[in-house]
Amino acid sequence: MGKRRSVYLSFLLGPGAFWLLMFFVIPSLLVVVYSFMERSSSGGVIWNFSLEAYTKLFAFDPDSLFVNDFVVIFLRSFWWAILTTVACLLIGYPLAFYIAQQKPFTRTVMLFMVMIPFWTNFLVRTYAWKFILNNNGLINTFLSELSLPRVPLINTPTAVLIGLVYGSLPFMVLPLYASIEKFDYTLVEAGQDLGANYFRIFTRVFLPLTMPGVAAGCILVFIPAVGQYVVPTILGGGKVSMLGNLLAQQFGAALNWPFGSAIAVIFMILLMAGVLIYFTVEREEEAI
Amino acid sequence: MPTVNVELRNVTKRFGDFVAVDNVSLQIHEGEFFSLLGPSGCGKTTNLRMIAGFELPSEGEIYLKGHPVGQLPPFKRNVNTVFQNYALFPHMTVAENVGFGLEMKKLSKSEINQRVNETLDLVRLPNLGSRKPRQLSGGQQQRVALARAIVNRPDVLLLDEPLSALDLKLRKTMQFELKELQRQLGITFIFVTHDQEESMTMSDRIAVMDHGHVLQVGAPTDIYEQPNSRFVADFIGETNFLPCKVTGRENGLATVVVGDKIKLQAACEPNVAAGDEASLIIRPEKINIHTEQQSNGQNHTVLPGEIVEKVYIGTDTRFAVKLMDGSVVNVRHQNMSMNDPVTQVNNNETVFVSWQTAAARVLTS
Amino acid sequence: MTVQQAQEGSLSRPAVTDTHYPPQRAGSLLLTWGKRLLWVNMVFSFVFLYAPILVLVIFSFNNSRFAAKWEGFTFQWYGQLLTNEAIISAFWNSIIVAVSATLISTVLGTMTAIAMERFRFPFRKTYDGILYLPVIVPDIVMGISLLAFFALALDWINTALALPVDSALRPGLTTVIIAHVAFNISFVAIVVRTSLRDFNKALEEAAQDLGANEWITFRRITLPLIMPGILGGALLAFTLSLDDFVITFFTTGPGGTTLPIDVFSRIRRSISPEINAISTLMLLMSIVLVMASQSLQRRRD
Repeated sequence: MGKRRSVYLSFLLGPGAFWLLMFFVIPSLLVVVYSFMERSSSGGVIWNFSLEAYTKLFAFDPDSLFVNDFVVIFLRSFWWAILTTVACLLIGYPLAFYIAQQKPFTRTVMLFMVMIPFWTNFLVRTYAWKFILNNNGLINTFLSELSLPRVPLINTPTAVLIGLVYGSLPFMVLPLYASIEKFDYTLVEAGQDLGANYFRIFTRVFLPLTMPGVAAGCILVFIPAVGQYVVPTILGGGKVSMLGNLLAQQFGAALNWPFGSAIAVIFMILLMAGVLIYFTVEREEEAI
Repeated sequence: MPTVNVELRNVTKRFGDFVAVDNVSLQIHEGEFFSLLGPSGCGKTTNLRMIAGFELPSEGEIYLKGHPVGQLPPFKRNVNTVFQNYALFPHMTVAENVGFGLEMKKLSKSEINQRVNETLDLVRLPNLGSRKPRQLSGGQQQRVALARAIVNRPDVLLLDEPLSALDLKLRKTMQFELKELQRQLGITFIFVTHDQEESMTMSDRIAVMDHGHVLQVGAPTDIYEQPNSRFVADFIGETNFLPCKVTGRENGLATVVVGDKIKLQAACEPNVAAGDEASLIIRPEKINIHTEQQSNGQNHTVLPGEIVEKVYIGTDTRFAVKLMDGSVVNVRHQNMSMNDPVTQVNNNETVFVSWQTAAARVLTS
Repeated sequence: MTVQQAQEGSLSRPAVTDTHYPPQRAGSLLLTWGKRLLWVNMVFSFVFLYAPILVLVIFSFNNSRFAAKWEGFTFQWYGQLLTNEAIISAFWNSIIVAVSATLISTVLGTMTAIAMERFRFPFRKTYDGILYLPVIVPDIVMGISLLAFFALALDWINTALALPVDSALRPGLTTVIIAHVAFNISFVAIVVRTSLRDFNKALEEAAQDLGANEWITFRRITLPLIMPGILGGALLAFTLSLDDFVITFFTTGPGGTTLPIDVFSRIRRSISPEINAISTLMLLMSIVLVMASQSLQRRRD
């Protein structure tokens, strides 16, 4: 019986594990290895150990006081991802709360309306904003019809941020809704019974109990936002670049694979550290 | 000697460090209605699951009609189970559910049909074959689960608390029907329950379990009248426990002292010896209550006491009577007539309690 | 295609129940204003979510080459799509990729899910973690690592087989399919594991009790009952694969242009009524997919 089970197990696990090993684990490790190699100007690497990529990444730039351009892009990507997450939370939390209060039919319709963008192609949704913000786009065409001067909207940080928030909002609302919907409103009555006002009830009862939804939503928004490539390319025109552009550039036109790999390695380390810290703090709070 | 159908020989089941069933040996006879009774976590369900083949014993062997089956998978044992929540296949119709076992035995379509219909008639569910389980009531689902098991004519039918999900009234009806069905079919039933009344009503024999051990096996009257341990006495029915000390024994009767004032005799197990710290147990309904001193007749124990509580509950009146040493016994007095002077006594009045000497038992374990 | 859709299995099924109404309280000023603000936020959110899409749809019928000025109604952009060979071939490439990736990843993901839920084995926890990684890792990172990997692997194969330059192996649809399977396995496994976890194991025991061996139990009981979960996983995989741009971008090659790749290159250049028309069609497809997933959801409950 034990032997038969292990035959079943290898049959079930084998193919998927092989695929993940070959086409996920090994490629990821390859990037780590590449980051310690010498650059080959025709793409790929020369198989000699080198720390060149990392020294380039952390090089001191005499033109700027503290940081070089690459570090600026790192900081910008994380900062914008934070802004995106906060914006989504500020819009998404009240929205999810509002939806959860509706009658069943209204609720179903509204949820469906949040879900359609959730499943809609990301390129299409980003393009929609390009259509609006472009120099010959909806707003500027309208302005020129009124004989007003055109305003530069596309290829600005604002455009990129709008695109990021727009793309991420459904990913914040759905997990938030799931946790708010589960909330037991008799707790609000209990809170009122014990003399808490609405503000107190919200901060002491409602918010802590819907925290798992907030956590899930933040992670679902933050991680993809830091690594965005499509939004800064289409709405930032490559002028306002994020980590995604930097990576694509190094593996594309710049043909500096070790440097691109080093960026990916540092990026993943920062991201994983962030997630890990987040979960540790979360768990400690739960323990309290 | 009845034929042994199922036998557990020194069976132990461990889950990691936890011993669910500890060195259990049991013999269950052909055609018997046998109950495994005990509180939750006592190992009764694990026992059943080992007989079914869902768990393999860590030690010991299980015999079915004399053949060792302990290591066989469930589908190679001619044993069927009625599950606690029925476990009816939701995606199949009632007839497909009931016919599943026969289909596995590769019987012909027409034979399956015929036996399914017969069995559905037997459990009084004719014409429901094309329904899906979720379209049935709880009681009907229960009958389908039963039909699905007995249609295979198993050597043993295992029932894992099958009535626990039903409401009280339906449960009573089903108890009767199950017993009737078992009598008709002559199949051995092994019935797991934590409900002592249910097991008393239905079983030929009961095994009382606690903490993985079988404490006592016997007919319902044996278990009730002659419990071999405090646990059994307490778990089955209501009992008064009076701590006592054994001072001697003769002719199967032990002499004990309750408190330091009351000296009396009571039936006892063979292992009770002078000097033991023990419990005197006596069922409330076996105690008579009198307003006047009775003659201290042969084979009777009579003690004075004082009423400390009286509760009228219709069929009976329950009294709590404080004895001379301060211990309190509960007494059930049947309300034969409201003219009965006993029903008129009030708190703080002195009464006399009496019982047949052999109705009280001394237990050391 | 995004990391975010990780938990789609659970996200896309908020149960609608009637039980948790907030208590209605006649109101303090604060409460009244709070409710008004909530309403305003709701209206703002839906306008924000839908206005851009609606604008796209409207202007896809605009009879003007210069996209953003309304000049009258036309179907001409849709007509042009149907005769645009690049778009048609990109569309079929997308379908080929999505269908193959969905088939392979659904089978492998389901097998993985069963192994993870029903077996204990050494390093199970570690493998569990690895299984979640493709969901969490940003697609750009997965994209470049696969780019590096395929470049190296194909180079080795071409050298080893001494293939001449014109018949050498290059990235293309095959590498794209391989890459899509690599991220989809995890998504499928997560969704199927949920339905396996909800599955009442007593049903499997009941089948075995009635004489069905492990294989028959799986085929007759387990598989039909987790089928809605498997279909849900497959639908998710199909959507992710169809929508994926970033990973495809880094793993594709000559002849491997999918619809998102084609659309991206058009979008980068400018805005145009053709793109509006393609976008509208893709939007319609998404709505169909949401409806499919919702009806699956209802079947699962």
